[in-house]
Amino acid sequence: MATAVPEIRLRDLTVCHARRPAVHHLTGRFAPGSLTAVVGPNGAGKTTLLRAIAGLHRPEEGRVELPREARIGLLPQQAALDRRFPIACLDVVMFGLWPAVGPFRRVPRALRERASEALAAVGLAGFEARPVGSLSAGQFQRALFARLLLEDAPIILLDEPFNAVDARTAADLLRVVRRWHGEGRTVIAVLHDLDLVRREFPETLLLAREPIAWGPTGEALSAANRLRARMMAEAWAEEAGACTRGDAVAA
Amino acid sequence: MAGPPLGVFLMLRRMSLTADVMAHGVLPGIAAAFLVAGLSVPALWLGGLLAGLAVAVGAGALSRATGGREDAALTGLYLVALALGVALISVRGGAMDLTHLLFGSVLGVDDPALLLMAGTATLTLLALAFAWRPLVLECFDPDFARAVGARGALWHLAFLALVALNVLAAFQALGTLMAVGLMMLPAVAARHWARGVGGMVYAAAGVAATCSALGLLLSYHLDLPSGPAIVLVAGLAWAVSVLFGPVDGLLPRLVRRPHLAG
Repeated sequence: MATAVPEIRLRDLTVCHARRPAVHHLTGRFAPGSLTAVVGPNGAGKTTLLRAIAGLHRPEEGRVELPREARIGLLPQQAALDRRFPIACLDVVMFGLWPAVGPFRRVPRALRERASEALAAVGLAGFEARPVGSLSAGQFQRALFARLLLEDAPIILLDEPFNAVDARTAADLLRVVRRWHGEGRTVIAVLHDLDLVRREFPETLLLAREPIAWGPTGEALSAANRLRARMMAEAWAEEAGACTRGDAVAA
Repeated sequence: MAGPPLGVFLMLRRMSLTADVMAHGVLPGIAAAFLVAGLSVPALWLGGLLAGLAVAVGAGALSRATGGREDAALTGLYLVALALGVALISVRGGAMDLTHLLFGSVLGVDDPALLLMAGTATLTLLALAFAWRPLVLECFDPDFARAVGARGALWHLAFLALVALNVLAAFQALGTLMAVGLMMLPAVAARHWARGVGGMVYAAAGVAATCSALGLLLSYHLDLPSGPAIVLVAGLAWAVSVLFGPVDGLLPRLVRRPHLAG
């Protein structure tokens, strides 16, 4: 990476949905250039954490410390997008140029060619004019990766990047992730496949609303930690009172 | 008219109901402005614009804040707005003809009103051309738009203002109840003629222009109110599109053709 990759620091971060904490008092840091998997049961607050880092969800308490000008590339969960939207593949990818060209300026030919190259890099050469409605789930995911490639952000957040894609697509996309890691970008990915995490991701954050473990993947994913995560995620107090932990920290 | 391209975006955002709500929302604004300032066109416009925006933005905020479904909030608001509008107009006992407000009278449009409409159409088309990229991005992937700092909310608000402006421009000719028809029906019909957003916009504008002309002729010769006549023709165009349109039309689906080789 030509530009410096900033560090992401979380300080006592609590993010809520309707006062229920989805991420609860999380403190820690993502080192520049680190490759971290965020793992945890459904409803553990993984997506919420990514959205908070991307600035899409305001924390209830605590904060995400990140330079204001830091650019973040976000791969949303695929289900969040309307795949029947009448738009061509190349146009989706070109939205990755937004930070470079903004809302109004026309796209120079060189950048247009880079969009085509990005498509080719994810195995979608020749798909420029195809409407996204005609793509398979895997091809659509490839197109979104191409958009990220073009965005060229120092920090990349991936929300379940390999869900609903076949093994071959996952392998191709994983190669892109490795390339980002090799270029020194910070990559944070929400994942469910623990074998994949053990194989490819040096760092892991195990989350179950509460942080269970955060560190080298082998230790974080120990059997004891995984059991604790499951128990925490299933605990749901109907009549939970207000949390006082923040006060204790402040005192 | 510049309404149909807006209709295409409304449809893509799954906000078809919003235009309807706005059309009803402008009614109490117009009525209130009329009670306060009398029959002055700028006052009526300002009242309508503010009321329309308030209803549309209010519905979105209400559904987000209460966790309810947006369509329920919209339906509630537009029924209240319609009732309030009719009640306010009735206070002054027929000083303004209610039927004309609701259903319009094209042949009663005078020169200033015509200029206003042309102005609105020009402004809308320019604004759409100008803000095309942010609008499409906001429609397709609002989270991404926010993550790259595209100020989605701002564009969204500007877009809603355009819709309100167009509903207002159309209401004199078509009436508040019918104005939305000419905005949405061509847009829904256009879906069956084009695969891209751009193509849909052109198709919608074409359908709307044709329907307006045919509807006016029909209204003149058969002595029908202009608003319903135009909207009926647009409805016919929609039906034809659903049946024969090349994209997802019913007929192309029924005709069995051999599947492609690969």
